Order: sequence, then structure tokens, then C-alpha cells
Amino acid sequence: MSPENVEKDVAERAKEVGVEFDSSRRAASFLQVDQETVFSYGWLEGVEVMSIREAMEKYGWVKDYMWKIVKKSEDYDDFNGYFIRALPNCKIEIPVEACLYLKRVRTQKVYNLVIAEEGSELNIISGCTSHPGSAGMHLGVSEFYVKKGAKLTFTMIHNWDPDVEVKPRSGAIVEEGGVLISNYVLLSPVKYVKSYPTAYLHRGARGSFTSLVVAYEGSTIDIGNKAVLKEDSSADVISRAISRGGRIVSRGHICGEGKGCRGHLECRGLMLSEKGSILAIPELEARHPEVNLSHEAAVGKIAEEEIFYLMARGLSRDEATSAIIRGFLDVEIKGLPEFLKKEIDRAIEMVGEDLM
Amino acid sequence: MESLRVINLGVETGGKKILENVNLYVKEGQTFILFGPNGSGKSSLLSTIIGHPNYKVFQGRITFRGEDITSLPTNERVRRGIGIAFQNPPKVSGVKLIDVLRYCARVAGMSEEDAEKKIEEYAKFMGMEDMLNRAVNDGFSGGEVKRSELLQLMLLNPDFVMLDEPDSGVDLENITIVGKAIKRILERDKPQEKRKKSGIVITHTGHILDYIDADYGVVLFNGRVSCIGDPYEILEHVSKYGYEACIKKCVERRDAQ
Repeated sequence: MSPENVEKDVAERAKEVGVEFDSSRRAASFLQVDQETVFSYGWLEGVEVMSIREAMEKYGWVKDYMWKIVKKSEDYDDFNGYFIRALPNCKIEIPVEACLYLKRVRTQKVYNLVIAEEGSELNIISGCTSHPGSAGMHLGVSEFYVKKGAKLTFTMIHNWDPDVEVKPRSGAIVEEGGVLISNYVLLSPVKYVKSYPTAYLHRGARGSFTSLVVAYEGSTIDIGNKAVLKEDSSADVISRAISRGGRIVSRGHICGEGKGCRGHLECRGLMLSEKGSILAIPELEARHPEVNLSHEAAVGKIAEEEIFYLMARGLSRDEATSAIIRGFLDVEIKGLPEFLKKEIDRAIEMVGEDLM
Repeated sequence: MESLRVINLGVETGGKKILENVNLYVKEGQTFILFGPNGSGKSSLLSTIIGHPNYKVFQGRITFRGEDITSLPTNERVRRGIGIAFQNPPKVSGVKLIDVLRYCARVAGMSEEDAEKKIEEYAKFMGMEDMLNRAVNDGFSGGEVKRSELLQLMLLNPDFVMLDEPDSGVDLENITIVGKAIKRILERDKPQEKRKKSGIVITHTGHILDYIDADYGVVLFNGRVSCIGDPYEILEHVSKYGYEACIKKCVERRDAQ
């Protein structure tokens, strides 16, 4: 099957997580439904996209990368997922898209491997979603390798159903002078999500980890990022969490190991309902005297003064509230390409009304 | 023609009466200056007129062009043509100044295309071009807050304008821009018979009177209107003898009449 004739209902859901199957707007496209690869298409030179099963057959060295950052659990077999690799010094500006679609199985087991080779530049939109009305579990392991001087922007958008449980485990290694910009967006109802990826940033590397989540009634979301910083590296861990009646645990952990590293944690939560909870856990850990680590955390409801202020500019109470919520989620992500920002904006735009 | 009327108004906040028996009658084209010592109820009066939920009207009413607006929500008052520049507006994280300006333009009935043009033009006029993509009031200096508030009003284009201390904390460089903007917003640059806009301006220092002229001065004292007269005369008296002496003189004069 080719990307142009994906089933209509799959295509519609995929679009909500930023996956368009449009060769004019994407460098490559990958679709997996349950455990099966539906297609992998590359439209541009310099980037390889295929299923991890195919990659393991094609390249003997692939196994040298697997399970090096994330520990393999014993029963984790029969997985499928994507393999995306930017070749050395190839700068792929147009994003590569990948969609993991949960349809019939009880448990979808995913393993993804992303490699940005030396000096390359790669942008990925990874959308995970489920068939309307489905119930099941999405287990996803992802390992990211950003080689010397490479830059990887990875934006994961999740859109699940209220009965789906999601337990991704991810890890990243960013080599000298590399850049990793990782964004996670979850704005739909879901039963349970637990995700706590760890990134290791080597000398002079830079990382930016942003998560935007909304928890509806019945959702439990336990997410966060951990960054381990070597010499002269830096990381920003930013989270915006909104509870619309659901439970959120928002974690962040920066560990400064190397001289001259810098890390900042920013954790903000918004309570839109009397039900639900937000627990913010920012952690800073210094393992060298010459580190610069800081954090700020704030959790609360929308200030009446802010609503009144916008009403004094003619907005109704609902319009003002919606504008403030959208503003809350509108995080300035440094280095994020414009088209990726648009995808995130679109997701936020869609949720603005739902939250009212 | 009648613009805003405040009739026998009594207001309380947090269970405390802060305004009583306040009467004002502002006609189209008129600008009032509101004087009064700290805590006399000046800002509370403007907050009540715009409909701040913390200020409860326990007696009297407010009408705008003959319509009773006392219990209308704030945005409905704004849609009818009342606008306010706050003294200390809150920062709204994530909501950019340009977003707020677009809302203002929309409420004023501008097309999207016109709005963008006007935003550019007015932002330039106010020296705020570089601030458009910043979260509104977030880290703005005193002068920037004033200019941002006035810029919003320029787009909102209200018929009845309320300015809460537009000249406080504004340095010499900014006061000229602020003065020019107010003059334009209140149509004080037009001949008297052509003025449609009316408003109330609170000032402590009276600096703003160097840039705009006004028709009446009102002194609020302990939540009541104690004095109405020529704004320049009132300002001169207050700055020479203080509020109490000014009010005493006012009362004497009234008794003599």
C-alpha cells in the first residue's frame, strides 16, 4: 500500500497526531498498524526509513545500538517499530513522519530506533494513536542516538482513547556538540500513561525537553524527563500540565555531572477542575561543584484577574479562559522549526475548545 | 448628548463600603479629571464602571447612553463602547500583546486585514513594535505598561475612555508619547464641537494636564464626590494646600452660593 491510499478512518486519526501521508510536506512516511508495517516510504535522499524488523535484517550493526540505553525486559519480543536514520552530514529539513496505530490487538509492542549520524539534521513527527473505541496497551521502546554535531528534533504527539494504557520507555544519547529537541504532546483522554525518558548529554551537547499534557477525568498521566549532563552541556526541561479532572504526576530530574554544565527545570500546572490532582516533582542533582542548575514550579488555577483583564478587552469569560489556556500551552521552544511549531499549535488549537 | 451617568452610586468590596452617593454626569465630548488622595476610591470607581466582579453595587446605578449597565458583565460593557487602561494590569503568561491587540480590533469590528495594518501603525506610533510578541505585561517596564494599555485602547477605540493614572511612573521620554496617545484617544486634538469621545482620567501628579486639556475636575474624598470644578484650579489648589484645604474651600464656596 502507498501513503496516498491509506484507509480513510486511519488517515483521519493520523492527521490528528501530525501524520499527513503527503509527499509534498514530508521527507518520508512510516505507518504501522498493530504489529504490522503497512508501508515505509522515503521521498528524499539522505534519510532512511524502514521497519525495525527490516533494519535488523539489512544491517548487522543495528543490534549494536539496540537496548543500550533502555534495558530490555525479558518478555519483550515480537516487537515492530520504525528505524529512522539521517546519513552523515545530511540535513533533512522537511520532517519525517511515523504513525503507530493501535487497532485490534490487546498489546501493541513497539521498538523504535532513531539515529542522526554525525553532522546531520533530522526532524521527526511521531504520532501514536488508536482506533476509535479501541482498548488495549501500547508499549513503546525508543532509543535515540544523536551523533557528534548532529541535530535531532523529535516531536511525539499522542491521541488515545479513554481505555488505552500507554507505557513508553525511551532513552537518548547526545554526543559532543549534538542537539536534541524533544517534545511530547498529549491532549486527549487516555486511561494511563507512564513515561520517563532519560537523555545523556555529552560534552557541549544541548537538550530541550518539553511536555504538554492534559488529563481528563479518568486519566492518570505520570510523565517527565531526566537529563544527565556532562561537561559544558546544557538542558532545559519544561512541562505544562493541565488537569481537567485527571491525575498528573509531572516529573523532572536534571543531574549535573560535568564541569560547566547548565540545566533548568520549569514545571507549571493548571487546575481546571475541583477533581483531579497535579503533583510536580522537580529534582536537581549536582555531582560536580561547578554546575549551574535551577528550577521553577508553579501549580494553581487560572487567576481571576487575568480573565477579568481580557474581558475588559471585550472577550467573554469563556473566550478569555480559552485564550489563557492556549497561552499556557504555548511554550516557546528554542530551535523548533516553524512547521513543527505549526503542528503543535494545531493540536493546541483543537484542544482549546474541548477544555471549556 | 449623554454618555455616562453615575447615579447615587454606592459600592462595597470585601464587605467594606468604599463609595457612597457618587453622582457624575459625563456628556459626549467631555473629559473629566478625577483627583483624590490615596484610598479615596478613584480606582474603585473606574473598576465599578467597567464591572470588576470584586466591586458590588449596593445602591444606585450606572447608565451608558441611557442604558442601565449596572449588572452587565465586563465584556458587554466593553462591547457597548466603554474602555479602560489599567494602572497595574496583570501579566498573562503565554498571551502575547499582539493577541490582545487582535482581540481589541475584533471587538472594535475591524476586519482581520485592517487589524494587522492598524496594529502595525499604532504600535509604531507608541514605540511598541518590539514588544508585540512578548507576553502581555510580562516584564514590561512602567512606561511600557502604560504604552501597552493605551495601544490596546487605540485599537479598541472606545467611546467612553477611562485612564487610571496613565502618567504615574512614566519618565520624561515616555510622557510625550503617552500624552499624544491620550490626546488622540480622547479626541482632544479635535475642535470641541467635533468631539464624540468622552472619558475620565485619574491623575495624582497632574502631569498629564500639560499634554491634554480637560473640561471638569472631580475630587473624590472618603468615597464621596467632594468637589467638581475647573480641573486646573483644583490641581493648583491641591498642590499648594493639599486635599483637605481644597475641599474646605469647595464646601465654603458651595455654601455661599
